[in-house]
Amino acid sequence: MKKKKKLTLIQKRAITGFLFILPWLIGFLWFYAKSIIMTTQFSLSELTVKPGGGYTLKFVGLENFRFAFRGHGTFKQILTTSVGDMLIDVPLITFFSLFMALLLNKKFKGRTLIRAIFFLPVILNSEAIRSAMEMSRSLLAGGVASASAELVEAAGSGGVSVEYYIQMFTNLGLPMGLIEYIMGAVSRISEIINASGVQIIIFIAALQSIPGSMYEVAKIEGATGYETFWKVTFPMVMPHIITVVVYTVVDSFVDSQVVNLAYETAFDQKNYGLSSTFSLVSTVVTCAILLVVCRFIQKRTFYYN
Amino acid sequence: MSAENTVDTVPVIKPEEKQPKKSFKMNVNTKSKIVTTSKTVVMTLFRWIVLIGVAYVIIGPVLGIISRSFFSDSDSSNSLVYMIPQNPTTERYEVASRTLSYMSTMLKSVGYAVSLMLIQVLMCSMAGYGFARFDFPLKKLLFAFVVLMIVLPTHTIMLPLYMTFSNFDIFGIITAIHGEPLNLMATPIPVYILTALACGLRSGLYIYIFNQFFRGLPKEIEEAAFVDGAGTWYTYFRIMLRNAMPAAITVAIFSLVWQYNDTFYARLFHVSDKMLISMRITGLQATIANVYRINSPKILELYMDAGIVLLMLPIVLIYVVLQKQFIEGVERSGIVG
Repeated sequence: MKKKKKLTLIQKRAITGFLFILPWLIGFLWFYAKSIIMTTQFSLSELTVKPGGGYTLKFVGLENFRFAFRGHGTFKQILTTSVGDMLIDVPLITFFSLFMALLLNKKFKGRTLIRAIFFLPVILNSEAIRSAMEMSRSLLAGGVASASAELVEAAGSGGVSVEYYIQMFTNLGLPMGLIEYIMGAVSRISEIINASGVQIIIFIAALQSIPGSMYEVAKIEGATGYETFWKVTFPMVMPHIITVVVYTVVDSFVDSQVVNLAYETAFDQKNYGLSSTFSLVSTVVTCAILLVVCRFIQKRTFYYN
Repeated sequence: MSAENTVDTVPVIKPEEKQPKKSFKMNVNTKSKIVTTSKTVVMTLFRWIVLIGVAYVIIGPVLGIISRSFFSDSDSSNSLVYMIPQNPTTERYEVASRTLSYMSTMLKSVGYAVSLMLIQVLMCSMAGYGFARFDFPLKKLLFAFVVLMIVLPTHTIMLPLYMTFSNFDIFGIITAIHGEPLNLMATPIPVYILTALACGLRSGLYIYIFNQFFRGLPKEIEEAAFVDGAGTWYTYFRIMLRNAMPAAITVAIFSLVWQYNDTFYARLFHVSDKMLISMRITGLQATIANVYRINSPKILELYMDAGIVLLMLPIVLIYVVLQKQFIEGVERSGIVG
């Protein structure tokens, strides 16, 4: 009793909060911290698997890192392309999914059906179904999915000259980089749609958690739909934009060539040390990107409190 | 007299004044009505065009799979048949469901996924709540660990996990009782342990989602609960979790889908494929080829399509029910919306 009385309210709150995260913390220290330490250890050593099971480690210092950046033929290139793809995809997917969530959030007939359809990419991109689909990939080759990937060529042959539009937009004085970005986005529209299933659902949930009273106030004050969006909806959705960005970055990273390269190096070439180096470098790079992006958004984020 | 005059003049003046006002008002009303209706018509049209267009891109391949799963042998070899089979057959489904022993495997799989989902929602929401609402030392560093958990490629944790669970022990307690560390391979227990410690499949992401949602909730609700004498647990369960219902449902849906379709943990821990439909589907093609002596890959793919449809069906149904029951329930219940 005496001990409890000595605690201040802030300390009490801290202890309760700590209790809330305790299960996670135990799990993290037990499983993840161990794996991070092991990965770091592997990346600094040369690992040889013993024939009877188990392994021996030989400390080689930064040799693996030196090899990854100096000696390895493709690692640097793959890393930069993966990061580049990530940076291109993230804004596209974020805005696209926010836009779709806004459309889906309104009440209209057939909403359940449409929402179920928009949920399909989440299922289709999950492991078991994706691997099953890959097995029967040849079926999809003639399907709709591949059609849009060749949109540019197809449109050219179909009588609509894409060159003409590009010319028109350049004549309007739009920077060439922007046009290329948009053209790239249009030609990969099916990929973007299929990569934004999760994000759309997160945004729908975000939109639904906005108190209705806010919209009432906005209406009474005479705000137009445009103003309501920018002054109410957007700030309230802002915290979840961070979630979506984090998810998108990680999602594009998980499927990226860097991770594949690390996986192949570990399980095909049995070079665990180098594989750990690849994993570690790419994880650090991704974390750095997340840190910068999240800082940038967090500064502009409004939290209710 | 004067009283009579005023009485006379008032009704005379009134209609004159009112008449133009009324007609003016009518004009504005009809005009604005036309403007608003045309606006809504254009908006609905726009919305439907975009939605249908995007939905088509999504559903195109799925429709292809569904229609092909009804193809008979002659349809698949006839290149003129597109989407609509000439001689539709349900034989693919019969064979695929028999090979997967569909009903029992599916029920076990759904049970497995649902139980894990409930644990995951509870544990991750707790962690998310702890991060969102309480201040404690090293909070920022610990939250960085959550992000690290999301980012870390899954194959880096494979080896430690395998080693931990093939020689499972907690500070030597199990060795003391049992004589030797437990081998938990080939059981789903490791997955449950991981999930219960909020380190399961994509738990980091769920903690993050919950954290952001809890941060977005007004503090007043919580304070009011405290003032009314609710304890921490009561506040968390009955007030905060209720208010974060959209987040809980989102996480529940993701958790369900990913857990149901998971092959990573299933392979890592050698969970029996009698329990998991996600593991069975990968072997479906080979099993059918062996058992039914079918050599043509084209026809084998038709069975695979039927299998994919069977795999997706329960999840889509659960999603439709969940989002109807809960999400629209959230809209109706007063606290948030």
